[in-house]
Amino acid sequence: MNIDLSRRSFLKLAGAGVAATTLGSMGFGEAEAQELALIRPFKLATLTEIRNTCPYCSVACGIIMYSKGDVRKEQAELIHVEGDVDHPTNRGTLCPKGAALKDFVRSETRLSQPMIRRPGADKMEPISWDDALDRIARAMKDDRDENLVQFNEAGVPVNRWTTAGFLAASATTNETAWATFKAVKGMGIAGFDNQARV
Amino acid sequence: MTNSWTDIKNADLVIVMGGNAAEAHPCGFKWVTEAKAHRGAKLIVVDPRYNRTAAVSDYYAPIRPGTDIAWLMGMIRWMIENDKVHWEYVRNFTNAAFIVKDGFGWSDGLFSGYDPEKRDYDRSTWDYVIGADGYAEVDMTLENPRCVWQLLKQHVDVYTPEFVENITGTPADKFLHIAEMIGETAAPDKTMTSMYALGWTQHSKGSQNIRGMAMLQLILGNIGMAGGGMNALRGHSNIQGLTDMGLMSNLLTGYLSMPTEAEVDYATYMSTRNFKPLRPGQTSYWQNYSKFMVSFMKAMYGDAAQAENDWGYHWLPKLDVPNYDVLRMFELMNDGHVNLYFCQGFNPLMAFPNRGKLTSALSKLKLLVTIDPLETETARFWENHGEYNDVDTASIQTEVIQLPSTCFAEDDGSLTNSGRWLQWHWKACTPPGEAKLDTWIMAQIFTRVRELYRKEGGSVPEPILNLSWDYADEGDPTPDELAREVNGRALSTVYDTADTSKVVVEAGKQVLNFTQLRDDGSTMCGCWIYSGCWNEDGNNMARRDNEDPSGLGVYPNWTWSWPVNRRTLYNRASCDMEGKPWDPTRMVIEWNGEKWVGNDVPDISPTARPQDVGPFIMNPEGTSRLFSRGMMRDGPFPTHMEPFESPMQNVFNAEMRGNPVARVFEADVADLGTSDEFPYVGTSYRLTEHFHYWTKHNRVNSVLQPQFFVEISVELAEEKGISNGGWVRVWNKRGSVKAKAVVTKRIKPLICDGKPVHVVGVPLHWGFTGVAKKGYGPNSLTVFIGDANIETPESKAFLVNIEASEEPVA
Repeated sequence: MNIDLSRRSFLKLAGAGVAATTLGSMGFGEAEAQELALIRPFKLATLTEIRNTCPYCSVACGIIMYSKGDVRKEQAELIHVEGDVDHPTNRGTLCPKGAALKDFVRSETRLSQPMIRRPGADKMEPISWDDALDRIARAMKDDRDENLVQFNEAGVPVNRWTTAGFLAASATTNETAWATFKAVKGMGIAGFDNQARV
Repeated sequence: MTNSWTDIKNADLVIVMGGNAAEAHPCGFKWVTEAKAHRGAKLIVVDPRYNRTAAVSDYYAPIRPGTDIAWLMGMIRWMIENDKVHWEYVRNFTNAAFIVKDGFGWSDGLFSGYDPEKRDYDRSTWDYVIGADGYAEVDMTLENPRCVWQLLKQHVDVYTPEFVENITGTPADKFLHIAEMIGETAAPDKTMTSMYALGWTQHSKGSQNIRGMAMLQLILGNIGMAGGGMNALRGHSNIQGLTDMGLMSNLLTGYLSMPTEAEVDYATYMSTRNFKPLRPGQTSYWQNYSKFMVSFMKAMYGDAAQAENDWGYHWLPKLDVPNYDVLRMFELMNDGHVNLYFCQGFNPLMAFPNRGKLTSALSKLKLLVTIDPLETETARFWENHGEYNDVDTASIQTEVIQLPSTCFAEDDGSLTNSGRWLQWHWKACTPPGEAKLDTWIMAQIFTRVRELYRKEGGSVPEPILNLSWDYADEGDPTPDELAREVNGRALSTVYDTADTSKVVVEAGKQVLNFTQLRDDGSTMCGCWIYSGCWNEDGNNMARRDNEDPSGLGVYPNWTWSWPVNRRTLYNRASCDMEGKPWDPTRMVIEWNGEKWVGNDVPDISPTARPQDVGPFIMNPEGTSRLFSRGMMRDGPFPTHMEPFESPMQNVFNAEMRGNPVARVFEADVADLGTSDEFPYVGTSYRLTEHFHYWTKHNRVNSVLQPQFFVEISVELAEEKGISNGGWVRVWNKRGSVKAKAVVTKRIKPLICDGKPVHVVGVPLHWGFTGVAKKGYGPNSLTVFIGDANIETPESKAFLVNIEASEEPVA
């Protein structure tokens, strides 16, 4: 781990003088010491190292995720998450939320299969992806056909669908956002917002 | 943010007001620590609670929730009275010199043109006098009594330190101490940065809170400077991105706006968007609107968008109301007018106000679809959890389909941070069970609906059948394909407009950035402000060069920043009229006699002479606006308004409740309480150890902060016989919650209008799913009214009562 850290351009950056004096104040020295004490190098050596950013607040700290297996080729299991020392904003540090990210990714209440709750039922039951998606598409098609406002009173085409609404997620990627935008606005859904409204 | 997180180290003074960065943005806040440690910067915190940001501040002052405008107008008044004004900046870079129409005025807390029936203003007089030459009239001496500067002086005159103290509870001596500190940054080479978040937005006049500080920053000359700016810290990892991408009921991508039904065709839509400069020689960059709009419509409808059919303009939904925002949707839902509702990574049952009303509304849906990596209260709104969710399950006829999605660790793509950096990330692990990518889920829903329209026909199938869905696997678009579409490409060869023999970009190639977009159908671009993120150089969002040649925290080659990789917005304003930096030691850009050069991408045409072209290139004035004309519904200047639920009357106008133009649904009026019945001021906030309603699913965070609590002062606890760690009930007309009481010196009673005001702090991280102990959110208590301009609910100021109580029955 020590060798790994030394190799990174982080230390080069520190050597440039700008940030050198801040390292201690950011608690980095201590983090390195702790890593040295606690992490067994032979274990990490077998893991795949991936760059990501923290999904919580919008500081967007850099993180390094260590997985057993390479997800691009095979099943991969997240083993460890740490701050990315190369990242200009957080320089390897993480807050109490970011430091516990692994347990968010692997939390017991992660959902693993589509479920349906029937009207009046007190339980959810599994449903296949195909059935769930077909059911949703059917409900959308029928409701849109019935309720789309095609023209206003003045005869202007308005193509406004207000009996369906969509809340998008401000933790999804810009690429998901674009796919979502196209599908939702494309169908004419007017009630379309994300957490920025909160 | 106008600036970036790493730029904060350049600040001389940091003011955190309307946010709590040390707890809500801990690793970004370290740049404040850095500025303090190595630049000698000072930190001011103004907040109802002595929070952890306050704990490391140089100076702290308390304030009553919802009174920030009075405080900020008082601060502006003090700067003017004490000549703490950056005059050259104000004269040239703001609209201080512009002459305003005669009819405009203010009295009794209201601007001219108020119609109490419509709860709206006639804003026609809130504008400039336009001269015979077609340009706005100005008086560069700032002496004309109708110029913006004189009107502003008049407007803020009432906000004396004593007047401010009476409303806000900030003692006048503390207010004056802070004024002295802030006033120092009127020097051209001193900067203050403003860091704010939902403490300013979640009010019925949130937009005006922010304007108040923006005006102060302009008067001090702190916008465009390294270490300056208006820095919205923002709440979620990609809330900036989803706003930029226009996933809002009133927006299209890149802050293009949704058509309204009054805009009967594309020509009419464009007729109010010509953005003719209001002063000679100004840039008024929005004059390029049609290039961005046509390129957007080409991205939406591909070959089906042609000049002959107005580029598919009629396929876009057109609004009949300003907004189908979430509050309106839940109002419609509660009235039985909404049948289907989708929640993608969104837990509205805990996030929006008046939970009782939300439950009632969700119970009237035919189908609720949730797309989330986690269990949410929204997906389980029908499930009885005793006092924590006391619903009659059998009577709720809503069908719920819960779709499991991946989380950040399992997908590739970019997120835009609050500093406008688009940072690409890579997946690290396999999703659990059958969880799927959000892109796959959206594509599956869309293509299945499209298939039904192909087979069966139906109501206006064209926008669905013609929607461009040009991906190698239509059912599973890749992030790379989507990002390239967002950047945009040439559909046919694009030629230089000045020299048509010159090729700008070949057909089929990615455009370099939005300067290559055209309005003749030859280019497409999903979101113009993101154009440049993935051009022929490749994925610029994945760049990882962390060198910082200037030492100013610019990191020009780290990922990519919108627009055009510019790191500090309005950076032209960091230089004087000759183009010389106000502070040469923190040079962002400068004029070298021929062009703008320096450490950042200039926020102005590179060859625009500094004497000729103003720095605020998006505005037709070329200046910023101290007076916002008719662009905001509730006034061209911020004026003090009380929250809808307040312990005191509006001192200007006892009849006025809340924001006089905020939308109030009839059904919610009866739910508003008064201070006779509910004497205490509730406010909501986050804790360091938790993130919204996510981390209660995480065992580590749930151990760190296991249980819902409310925070009250020692004085209130004594008055109500409440012990530290004892159970309390907090309630108002909308709901009731039970919590452990944290009795603390961090909150102290304030004296407003001669009477003590007690604040009850309600953190927002608990619910009835996850591994933490069950609890409530503040939204059981909050008011179902939003900001008059953008409908963000007033969750930071509401009235409650409190009493000692017993543990709830789960």
